[in-house]
Amino acid sequence: MQSFTYERAASAEQAAAAVADRPDAKFISGGTNLLDLMKLEIERPAHLVDVSRLPLNRIEETAEGGLRIGAQVRNSDLAADQRVRSRYPMLSQALLAGASGQIRNKASTSGNLLQRTRCPYFYDRNMPCNKREPGAGCAAFQGFNRMHAVLGASEACIAVHPSDMAVAMSGLDARIETISPGGETRTIPIGDFHRLPGAMPHVETVLGHGEMIAAVTLPLPPPGRQVYRKVRDRASYAFALVSVAAIVEKSGDRVQSARIAMGGVAAKPWRATEAERMLAGAAASNGAFTDAAEAALDGAIGHGGNDFKIPLAKRTMRHTLAAAVESA
Amino acid sequence: MTETKTSENRPTETRNGVIGRPIDRIDAPLKVRGDATYAYENALDGTAYGYILGAAVAKGRIAEIDTDEAEGAPAVLLVMTHRNAPAQPDFGPAVTPTVREVFTRARPVLNSERVRYYDEPVALVVAETFEAARAAAGLIRVRYDEEPGLYDLPARVADAYAPKRTNAGFETDSVVGDFESAFAAAPVKIDATYRTPFEHHNPMEPHATLAAWSGNELTIHTSAQTLANFRAGVASTLRIPPERVRIVSPFIGGGFGSKLIAHADTILAALAAQVLQRPVKIALTRQQMFANAGHRAEMIQQVRLGADTDGRLNGIAHDVWSATSSFEEYCEQTAVFARSLYAAPNRLTRHRLVPLDINRGEWMRSPGEAPGMLAFECAMDELAERLGLDPIELRIRNEPTRDPERGVPFSTRNLVACMEDGARRFGWERRNPTPGRTREGRKLIGHGMAAAIRPNYIGAATARVAIDRDGRVTARLDMTDIGTGSYTILTQIAAEGLGVPISSVKVELGDSRFPRTAGSGGSWGAASAGSALHNACNALKERILEAARSSEASPLRGANATEASFADSEVRVGQRSASLADLIRRIAPDGFEAEGSVAAGAATESYKAYSQHSYGAHFAEVAVDCDTGEIRMRRMLAVMGAGRILNVKTARSQIIGGMTWGIGAALMEQTVLDPRHGHFVNHDLAEYHVPINGDVPEMEVVFLEEHDDKANPFGAKGLGELGVCGAGAAVANAIYNATGVRVREFPITLDKVLPALPVIAI
Repeated sequence: MQSFTYERAASAEQAAAAVADRPDAKFISGGTNLLDLMKLEIERPAHLVDVSRLPLNRIEETAEGGLRIGAQVRNSDLAADQRVRSRYPMLSQALLAGASGQIRNKASTSGNLLQRTRCPYFYDRNMPCNKREPGAGCAAFQGFNRMHAVLGASEACIAVHPSDMAVAMSGLDARIETISPGGETRTIPIGDFHRLPGAMPHVETVLGHGEMIAAVTLPLPPPGRQVYRKVRDRASYAFALVSVAAIVEKSGDRVQSARIAMGGVAAKPWRATEAERMLAGAAASNGAFTDAAEAALDGAIGHGGNDFKIPLAKRTMRHTLAAAVESA
Repeated sequence: MTETKTSENRPTETRNGVIGRPIDRIDAPLKVRGDATYAYENALDGTAYGYILGAAVAKGRIAEIDTDEAEGAPAVLLVMTHRNAPAQPDFGPAVTPTVREVFTRARPVLNSERVRYYDEPVALVVAETFEAARAAAGLIRVRYDEEPGLYDLPARVADAYAPKRTNAGFETDSVVGDFESAFAAAPVKIDATYRTPFEHHNPMEPHATLAAWSGNELTIHTSAQTLANFRAGVASTLRIPPERVRIVSPFIGGGFGSKLIAHADTILAALAAQVLQRPVKIALTRQQMFANAGHRAEMIQQVRLGADTDGRLNGIAHDVWSATSSFEEYCEQTAVFARSLYAAPNRLTRHRLVPLDINRGEWMRSPGEAPGMLAFECAMDELAERLGLDPIELRIRNEPTRDPERGVPFSTRNLVACMEDGARRFGWERRNPTPGRTREGRKLIGHGMAAAIRPNYIGAATARVAIDRDGRVTARLDMTDIGTGSYTILTQIAAEGLGVPISSVKVELGDSRFPRTAGSGGSWGAASAGSALHNACNALKERILEAARSSEASPLRGANATEASFADSEVRVGQRSASLADLIRRIAPDGFEAEGSVAAGAATESYKAYSQHSYGAHFAEVAVDCDTGEIRMRRMLAVMGAGRILNVKTARSQIIGGMTWGIGAALMEQTVLDPRHGHFVNHDLAEYHVPINGDVPEMEVVFLEEHDDKANPFGAKGLGELGVCGAGAAVANAIYNATGVRVREFPITLDKVLPALPVIAI
């Protein structure tokens, strides 16, 4: 770990400006990911701006009937919020499926969105990694890639985004509010927030340097039953091999509308838009769910160790959709 | 037979009923309060902090190492590399002349420009703070001449060689009768090949050392299972007499076999402290532990079983190919248990090694049985199914009356009783023998069992026990408590031996100034240290009685009855009695002290005359999600026959810990060695999975009433590792019963069962 300087931000605008002023500065909140990476010198910021005490820790009703979640709301608090549990149960389930109680008590909403991949080659400075060192190559591509992406990957990088929360937020059409050094704000749909690796896997989001997440806004909860299903190698404290967030609205025997997001398959939460389109108006049946799952994984590519994710994702999606309509 | 002092007046009637009781761990309050000081928490004035830099390649030589920037970094005191490290002996041959020297040989660090394995230490930075040392380590530039290495066991099986012996000095091969002919002629056969992966111990407390010199005396506060090994290893490496090395290790945050010998933290702390003339503290990071603190090697195991149609085994063969290190051999005794487990006239066990460019494997959680039984007890399950026989019945039909290869009788062997008792408790008769037929909702349910066997090792040990004028008893020995309950059971042994309450006994462990024991490892700790303490208590009682009968100040002067007892803090000779404390005060104001010893088991007549093992039966119920293949435990049961149980609570904790490792081995533990780079890829606890609370189901542990008078004076046998032996196989067999999928490549992760699971309509 390299030495660094530290300051505690007094306001969001000041925090954004403090980071913007220095190319080697970073925001820190819970530090549950950043500090680990700094100890291994994978992240080497020379200056940290602590935003964890900014007054961004409230969950508020919005005029449109949704919720505005402050960037500094802790994962535990968000999962436990009564409004989240009753109106966005999928989000609460996803949060509680992630990490451990201790980590959730520290981790912030914004930090969860910005956490970095768990690719073991990214985590080892002796291994080539384009995400850590652009142009170095990708050790995972022909290496141990059991946890890696089957959708949206490139030859430069096959890492996945590890968040559960972000997958649920993707299914809920969350919007991310940011504040820039000059005080200007913008709102980014979550689907546009994370970038696929392409040739530049080290650029993971559309945020500019010094642009800070202020809040995540959830629109009015969509109709239908919400289910988050995470498949993992042990019962808890493991990253998703595959996860599916599904909201299925049923009308009689038919699906009125569906929203589906997948985790553990790509460098970002993966919205299965084609599957959603196929399901709208289709019979709520085994066959329709199977077809939707096939469509969702259309174009998926395995890299040897992670080939199993493709059938696993299909089976998990089919089952999750069925579970969502069972008691819808 | 263990060494016991015999005497006409040997006081035997001392039963206080303390041994066996489920008393809480003596050290628990200290640990709960944070008052148990672990190695890295020790504070000495002027302590400097070390940080190790590991090699970035797995094989080659250091062509250039630039330490200028690190040496100039703030608060840095020393940068040590092979260029300036104090002289140490060469590493020496891959195989030591004797088994004992494995534990005592020099293991030099920073002694050569050669890199023998990935993350091998290439530099040590010592600074005023840990943070400064770590930051400076990041400033060292190393250029390597990398060489191609060998990292792929399956690809190199053809190059395997037969070692001279296995770990613990067992024969490499055993041959009885003519296996090949018997197998060829057998009407029913199983020929199955299993693979078990690299595994890592990962004790909660990392390997850590604080070393300090005072003149030419070296004191090492560290986390050690076996103090004598550390002392000898440090002395050999530093080329100083062992008497000048003191090892202190009163509390250990888990070891699992990874702390039987000194590692780089200990050697480097001692060297740096010598150079700087200051105390130096070093801990391995969690990542560094994967390369530098031992592992269980990857193995390929072929099990061949030939039986007649009634299920009687005609032939047993267990062949093991294991990875080893190119520079130091380690051959886990994986097939050795198969020499004692089941009857068959024709038998064959063999161990072969494939050298790779990795660090040496070490003793890990039941060396031999843990991987060996994982394979063998699955093969028995496969045979039972082929025969259409219940797996327990198959084992009963092959129960030997004497040790099948040594021909000697068993000391005690309650395997059949363990299986039968377990079957009753578990509801084994309700198991559907046809796999894949039991469903609850969208879960497939399965039940499996396996046998457990583990040798009873006894290591040489001595204990010293003293009693003071207030009747307070202090026992001292260099035994360790690695979280197993040594403090507690030794307290019970002393309390019962001397007939005093637990509260009057203080047991002090973990200091090489105390009498030497074999430490903790191989499940020998309780029986070895316990026997020594038991004998020490007997010797102390003899001294007390002798003085009590002869001392002028003694209220028992002249008592000549041969019946003497120590109970309820009283000494009774015939009809006369006296308070123990009062007696000591009168006859020996300075108290009494005595020592007791036990010889190594292998050297004793009893060990030669009897086959000594602990036994057990494991049962497991699993649920497999038919949509995702996720495997989760539902319940487990172990019934154990392991001699006299010294403390039912700590014994149970040991067994459930072992069963948890069984879950790990069956379902998730695996370190991946990258065949291109030679490094363990998933080298942290986020990616190397051990079972967490949610993976561990309801566990029941039953101990059968047993007293093994051949094993040691109080009839106890090794217990700790018995919990893992066979536990994973019971899980694997339950998965087969649930799904009909036989996975022979461990761990059984969901991707290995998923392709065979039917897609069930929703």
